[in-house]
Amino acid sequence: MPQEKLKRLANLVNSRCNLPDASSRIEREELTIEVEPTSLVETMNILKDDQDLALTQFSDLAVVDYLKYGVSDWETKKTSRAGFSRAVSRGKADQLDFSKRFAVVYHLLSIRYNWRLRVKVYIQSEPPKLPTVSPIWPAANWFEREAFDLFGVMFEGHPDLRRILTDYGFVGHPFRKDFPLEGKVEVRYDPDQKRVVSEPVSIEPRTLVPKVIREEDWLHSSKPKDKDDA
Amino acid sequence: MPEIKNLTMNFGPQHPAAHGVLRLILEMDGEVIERADPHIGLLHRATEKLAENKPFNQSIGYMDRLDYVSMMCNEHAYVLAIEKLLGIAPPLRAQYIRVMFDEITRILNHLMWLGAHGLDIGAMTMFLYCFREREDLMDCYEAVSGTRMHATYYRPGGVYRDLPKEMPQYEVTKWRNSKKTEIMNNSRSGSLLDFLENFVDRFPACIDEYETLLTDNRIWKQRTVGIGVVSPERAEALGFTGPMLRGSGVEWDLRRKQPYEVYDKLKFEIPIGINGDCYDRYLVRMEELRQSNKIIRQCIDWLRKNPGPVNLEDPKLTPPKRADMKGDMEALIHHFKLFTEGYCVPEGEVYSAVEHPKGEFGIYLVSDGANKPYRLKVRAAGFAHLSAMDEMVRGHMLADVVAVIGTMDIVFGEIDR
Repeated sequence: MPQEKLKRLANLVNSRCNLPDASSRIEREELTIEVEPTSLVETMNILKDDQDLALTQFSDLAVVDYLKYGVSDWETKKTSRAGFSRAVSRGKADQLDFSKRFAVVYHLLSIRYNWRLRVKVYIQSEPPKLPTVSPIWPAANWFEREAFDLFGVMFEGHPDLRRILTDYGFVGHPFRKDFPLEGKVEVRYDPDQKRVVSEPVSIEPRTLVPKVIREEDWLHSSKPKDKDDA
Repeated sequence: MPEIKNLTMNFGPQHPAAHGVLRLILEMDGEVIERADPHIGLLHRATEKLAENKPFNQSIGYMDRLDYVSMMCNEHAYVLAIEKLLGIAPPLRAQYIRVMFDEITRILNHLMWLGAHGLDIGAMTMFLYCFREREDLMDCYEAVSGTRMHATYYRPGGVYRDLPKEMPQYEVTKWRNSKKTEIMNNSRSGSLLDFLENFVDRFPACIDEYETLLTDNRIWKQRTVGIGVVSPERAEALGFTGPMLRGSGVEWDLRRKQPYEVYDKLKFEIPIGINGDCYDRYLVRMEELRQSNKIIRQCIDWLRKNPGPVNLEDPKLTPPKRADMKGDMEALIHHFKLFTEGYCVPEGEVYSAVEHPKGEFGIYLVSDGANKPYRLKVRAAGFAHLSAMDEMVRGHMLADVVAVIGTMDIVFGEIDR
């Protein structure tokens, strides 16, 4: 989306929803606004119903768990035989405020004006709780169920908050960063008992490629090439 | 008067019309659906979580397996998201190749949909016809990537390699004599582009053939006209995208409205429906087949005239050539780093969406500056469509459920992820 159009949308959103200017930012040709959980429903109603915004389509809902944001896998301060992480930075783990662990990210689209808006809400409460937006956009219904299933975010007022993707009787919220990748239980058929039994998982966790954070500025070498020489 | 009770019926997950692993709990009043409750997740593989634990490039292959009948389009959204974070754009030739393969994929997807949808509601022949043409396009996939389905062909910064100069040939076997083999190899004597051009030339006649079988067919119309009607306002509210939205008469196509790659340089039209029923959505997809065919032809013409690089050839992003690694130490180091660690992507978040054959396929990517995505969220078109199942089938007969499942073009790889 062109920059002027984005700025116009940003001003429009800020004025209609009574948001401070600092709550919106334009990055990589995308507009993000941050909203407090308490004013979420009110803001969302305006975003959808205001005729000049007309964000009538609900594209996506994603939850981000910021528990391990900016933390790399191996952390040694200096070169050693055991750790290999020379030049691996510790990232921003120390500066982060983990009271805002979860963020719910909504992506909205206006078919009339052809613009997109990202709405981001940080949740402070434990267990994470947020009012539902499914009465505003019916499409949000399943997306919220998915967020509840995978991250355990409760949507108050949701008509039917059941698990959706995980198995019947699943325990836990698998997409949280503290849920192990290999899971917690495994199932197999027991020929003696003649039924399927679940047992604690026997897979050893292993990392094939460690997560590293490097702040290199190498990207200048690949500037967009021959974009317009058609 | 006997007491009348609603009947609860289980549909799937092993029903042949359930398109994979859909389980529906239907509350019925006689033959009429009172409520439908889809149970999904039987194919849930936690793709998004797996991607968080791998370097960026290693997840491209996972994208193929999301919607496993439109493989390269899934890759496209993911690769675009990475490129947006890196702030790079691929060379023009790579963009044309991507668009061409996106449209090949669209035809692949729509043929699969047409065959399966036809089969579901009683048109057996369609399935055989559609798979005949799919085979040729699968061969194009194989020629560029080495695999018929899960290509992993798109890479950040371009595509894996340039289009091949020759097509693989059939060989004589004890079931196929040399004369027959020669006929089969007829269109394969030239390059991939020659083969594709040959396909593009004869494909419109194939579409006509499908249409003679279905468009005015009395049984087909009885099964689809007036079934699963969705108004434009409702389609928007329910999160419909792609042919589902256009079938209801909303002119919305990301290729035109928010063009990515070179779609703004190509000529094509956006078909829309009027009534928003299964029949209109069928007509929309049939026209999309013709439009995709047109786009492929334009891409072939451009690609013939404009040779050039197909990826950025940035050693930090693209693996070096095998020959270079034998003599050049830099190349060897780059290769080693790229495959043991990958590349780090600047901190930030992006949402990139493409016009997938099924609708809007979006990737929301959050990076914390590491060599792996911090969070990857896949916005699957089918997920939003299936959530409207209850509303679409309510008040219809049981047999119409199958027509509605067919018209949604459901694939569980992307819904369950």
